[in-house]
Amino acid sequence: MSALAGLTLTQARDGLEKGDFSSAELTETCIAAVEAARPLNAMITETPEKALEMARASDDRRAKGEAGVLDGVPLAIKDLFCTDGVLTTAASHILDGFEPPYESTVTANLWRAGAVMLGKANLDEFAMGSSNTTSFYGPVENPWRRTMGDGEGDNRKLVPGGSSGGSAAIVAARAAPASIGTDTGGSIRQPAAFCGLVGLKPTYGRCSRWGIVAFASSLDQAGPITRTVRDAALMLRAMAGHDPKDSTSAPLDVPDFAAAMTGDIRGLKIGIPAEYRVDGMSPEIDGLWQQGIDWLKAAGAEPVEISLPHTKYALPTYYIVAPAEASSNLARYDGVRFGLREGGDRDLTGMYEETRGAGFGREVRRRVLIGTYVLSAGYYDAYYLKAQKMRTLIANDFKAAFETVDAILAPTTPSAAFAIGEKQDDPIAMYMNDVFAVPASLAGLPAISVPAGLDGAGLPLGLQLIGKAFEEGALLNVAGVLEEAARFDAAPAFVTAT
Amino acid sequence: MALDIDTVRRIAHLARLKVPEEELAPLADELTNILGWVEQLGEVDTADVPPMTSVAAMTLPMREDVVTDGGIADKITANAPDGENGFFAVPKVVE
Repeated sequence: MSALAGLTLTQARDGLEKGDFSSAELTETCIAAVEAARPLNAMITETPEKALEMARASDDRRAKGEAGVLDGVPLAIKDLFCTDGVLTTAASHILDGFEPPYESTVTANLWRAGAVMLGKANLDEFAMGSSNTTSFYGPVENPWRRTMGDGEGDNRKLVPGGSSGGSAAIVAARAAPASIGTDTGGSIRQPAAFCGLVGLKPTYGRCSRWGIVAFASSLDQAGPITRTVRDAALMLRAMAGHDPKDSTSAPLDVPDFAAAMTGDIRGLKIGIPAEYRVDGMSPEIDGLWQQGIDWLKAAGAEPVEISLPHTKYALPTYYIVAPAEASSNLARYDGVRFGLREGGDRDLTGMYEETRGAGFGREVRRRVLIGTYVLSAGYYDAYYLKAQKMRTLIANDFKAAFETVDAILAPTTPSAAFAIGEKQDDPIAMYMNDVFAVPASLAGLPAISVPAGLDGAGLPLGLQLIGKAFEEGALLNVAGVLEEAARFDAAPAFVTAT
Repeated sequence: MALDIDTVRRIAHLARLKVPEEELAPLADELTNILGWVEQLGEVDTADVPPMTSVAAMTLPMREDVVTDGGIADKITANAPDGENGFFAVPKVVE
């Protein structure tokens, strides 16, 4: 293995700045590592030639003293971000062959900062899923395997979580220093937790949604998946910024998030929400949560019991709002403007129905139908309006809590990664993966998952911190303290075996 | 609320989504389960609660009503499965 393999984003950037290696050298190492990780099916499209071209251009910029904040650092991009002239699939059959004639704002921001694109990462189809098993391009495998205790000898392949499963797996496999994903109801935080990584969902409006294939527009938000909290701070600074092309993009300056990471959390109040202690919660998750409380307390913060009374209603609320918005957003896939067309010899409606029937997978179809139903005449008030009212109550819960606390600590997921094929028969069991992630999404708040320990089978578990709107710096500061205390340094089987 | 096969067939048509006849019954069961689970929201009295209309506390900005781009018909139609001369082609809709 090359000496440049497995660097974190900060290590890669520092090495490039010091001239220890060139971007071309680092990028070649990552390209080889991405190739070696092919058994994980983490990437839909690899772009090695483009990567090397971008790396050489980066080295030229650096030679001229014009390097940006991420100059020369290779990244994997969730295949939900439109990339100019590069196949963009959303992991759906219906976008067959789609090469956008434009670049998403977030990726354009990253390229402006000098980053290098390794390729497009696999995901759940249209970002709808919590296991990366709904991709038209096949499931992604988690680089981690059960190796300890009851899990020893259980060699089943595990899911990386979803929907940003490929983005998480490729970073966990040490093939890319960092990646970007999107989070609608946990799609960055849950895979980060399952893969032993840091995953940050910024405040709604912090990153432009322009050029991201839309799933649920009032929830979708781009964010980084990284090995360290500081890496996430660096990535967010490069990704974020006001964009007039997204009317919900916040007209705010982007602060230096890493500068907020002082490591000093003395006197901060950390909310511990009673309602997240759900029935049947595993003792391991509960124990880890208590450990997290103790760590923050030892660093001088004060844990405060709080109540978020409408927590249990967040998931059913989400499963009205998200499918409703999805059914509307996905109306654009009509077999006319891009991608797949089936039944072209039929009448127009027949062509629409054939194209969409053939192009959408089972989970997408299920959500489009639910969404169509809850928005249909006579049911709108009972479902969609009700859900939007619930959303107000959930946001108000957080608003009240943040009058007394500075951040909220909770588990990221109710379990560690499960086997590919598990939970496939029961949609609601699959949806439960995001029970702790969805409330912050509905309220538009920033939230981060930090790897905090291993379960009895040797799989990573994450702790989640939820912060105040547009105060990602303060959130990252607490996350950094948690990371420092947890000292998570385990590596997945895929890495230790090679 | 239990969804029957006819309702699933109707919403599939509203969504312009062809669902094979043999998949209607299992889909009806799945959707019924999900909607049944969602109905727990009925426990909460929301009569006096305003619906959320914006996640972030900001009003939507207005912009000048001016042309910001254009003249890129070839780019816009480049991904079309069928079309020519800068047009999208669809099955005949007028006899």
